[in-house]
Amino acid sequence: MTTTDNGVNVQALLDAREALKGAPEAAQFTWRATSKWDKGVHSTTTIKNFYGLGAEQSHKSETVFAADHPEVFAAEDNGITPIEYLLVGLASCLTAGVASVAQNRGIQLNSVTATVEGNHDIRGILGDADVRNGYNDIKVTFNIDADASPEDIEALVAQSQKRSAVFDALTNPTDVTVEVA
Amino acid sequence: MADRVTTVVVGAGHAGLAASHFLRSRAIDHVVLERGEVANSWRTERWDSLRLLTPNWLSRLPGQDYDGPDPDGYMTMTEVIGFIERFSTGAPVRTGVNVERVERTEEGFEVSSSAGDLACRSVIIASGACNVPIVPDFGELGVHQVTPFDYRHPDKLPDGGVLVVGASATGVQLAAELRASGRHVVLSVGEHTRMPRRHRGRDVLWWMHESGVWAQRYDEVEDLERARRLPSPQLAGGADVDLNTLTAAGVELVGRLAAVRDGSALFSGGLRNVCSLADLKANRMLAGFDEWAGISDRVVLEPTRVPGKPRLRLDLRSGEISTIVWATGFRPDYSWLDVPVLDDRGRLRHDGGVTGVPGLYALGLPVLRRRRSTFLHGIEDDARHVVDHLALRLSGTFDQSVSEAR
Ligand SMILES: Cc1cc2nc3c(=O)[nH]c(=O)nc-3n(C[C@H](O)[C@H](O)[C@H](O)COP(=O)(O)OP(=O)(O)OC[C@H]3O[C@@H](n4cnc5c(N)ncnc54)[C@H](O)[C@@H]3O)c2cc1C
Repeated sequence: MTTTDNGVNVQALLDAREALKGAPEAAQFTWRATSKWDKGVHSTTTIKNFYGLGAEQSHKSETVFAADHPEVFAAEDNGITPIEYLLVGLASCLTAGVASVAQNRGIQLNSVTATVEGNHDIRGILGDADVRNGYNDIKVTFNIDADASPEDIEALVAQSQKRSAVFDALTNPTDVTVEVA
Repeated sequence: MADRVTTVVVGAGHAGLAASHFLRSRAIDHVVLERGEVANSWRTERWDSLRLLTPNWLSRLPGQDYDGPDPDGYMTMTEVIGFIERFSTGAPVRTGVNVERVERTEEGFEVSSSAGDLACRSVIIASGACNVPIVPDFGELGVHQVTPFDYRHPDKLPDGGVLVVGASATGVQLAAELRASGRHVVLSVGEHTRMPRRHRGRDVLWWMHESGVWAQRYDEVEDLERARRLPSPQLAGGADVDLNTLTAAGVELVGRLAAVRDGSALFSGGLRNVCSLADLKANRMLAGFDEWAGISDRVVLEPTRVPGKPRLRLDLRSGEISTIVWATGFRPDYSWLDVPVLDDRGRLRHDGGVTGVPGLYALGLPVLRRRRSTFLHGIEDDARHVVDHLALRLSGTFDQSVSEAR
């Protein structure tokens, strides 16, 4: 038997799950982002710090995200559209899930590609009250080359949705508070 | 001074009565305290049309097999009550006695009940795994709401559509019955266990039983916690019911009820995935049966047909539905148990029915000792084992190595 290596330390994840059973407080994380308006519909968001395991934590380095709108929106296109960031989140979360579940199930992955399409009727954001602002639906298509049967690959993808934070955040309502400080 | 007895069994459902069966065969002096009548749960907490989802030939209790004319049939509630009543013959049951408190004493336990106090050396908790219907709290909803404990018959609900929340055995059965009565029915579907009634011409539970899946021991189950939380299978006594038959009958499927906001029920957009998971799992189960039987070709179930655009919102104030049926599961009630054996989620901590408190035992909980533990035919092994353990402890030959051996 060859050992599976998808580069995911599943043991560490399983150990964490065990450890957090006795310490639910440590499982409470807060993710943070700070956004600054540049000009027009262009803004820059930076992410560095978060809270978790009972203490302040930080990423190895700060990441900067530019958000803008494309020229067809009469904008300067200095970065991707905010709603596209949701696709980034969804695709990367599901892909991470596929890798982790595959590792846990002893399935070697050779390549994984996810294509995400979100259908959006922009009349909503332009003020048409009968049209929703956000996506009408989102479709993710995975192309996976792995040492496993088609059923096992389907099961990987299904399980990764079941455990995905972003899939949950997009498919279920979340209470959002917006305040002026 | 409280009266004394060696062992108190709490509850006269089939589990408590099975405990009594083995206690009697070992001549251990005991009483079975029951707040209602024998088979109280079947008498008072079930709906009119319910039939067992296990076939008659599986209705086996210690020393009492089904011996009626229809081994492949499914018992009505009247028949189940009769079956359990017959099993109670000779058991020292005190009915109408509610156990209000159990606490530890030097010698064992003090059991306080509506009929007075009893001192005993051991207690077997057989009070049931399904004492309280679980109802998620979404605040004031402005519609009529029932749990499976209050629901009896479609005619007893106010006129109008019904939102059934939960698609396990109870939810699919009630959705089918309500739809057949001519009502508009919306079924909110979360994670569920799909199971076809028959596989290769036999009852699927024949496969569960014969292949040994149901006999799998709790200490051989890979993820025991998960196995203990598994939703009941989408099965009904006799009829075929799954999400496809419900769709064909005109029931509208929606995702898991995620929130209620501004008077609208909001459903998860993850319906397709919970259905894929259930389909994959059901097909894997059937493949497992075939493998066991040495059959190499495979039966693949028709995939669950998910609506192209499942509805995400239902306005509860629009009059579309008048009633919500919460088929969202059940939990045990241990409010009377004053012994520290519950975990932080209120579940009883035990190792195959043996708790960490000497002399305190449990029966009738999910996957207590085997996958089949909560079913009628699952009680025999469990009750025998628990009573053996209890007897060994009483006889004084008990030593710690026994309690630690699995
Ligand atoms: C809707 C439904 C359908 C089911 N269908 C099937 C099926 O088809 N086949 C199958 O094999 N299994 C089925 N089961 C599972 C199982 O067989 C039943 O739950 C069964 O009732 C469990 O038996 P029990 O003896 O463990 O508990 P119960 O039958 O609930 O008995 C517990 C007894 O304890 C009494 N009690 C509780 N608290 C106290 C107290 N404080 N003081 C005194 N008495 C107390 C109760 O009144 C009750 O009589 C079903 C369960 C449900 C909920």
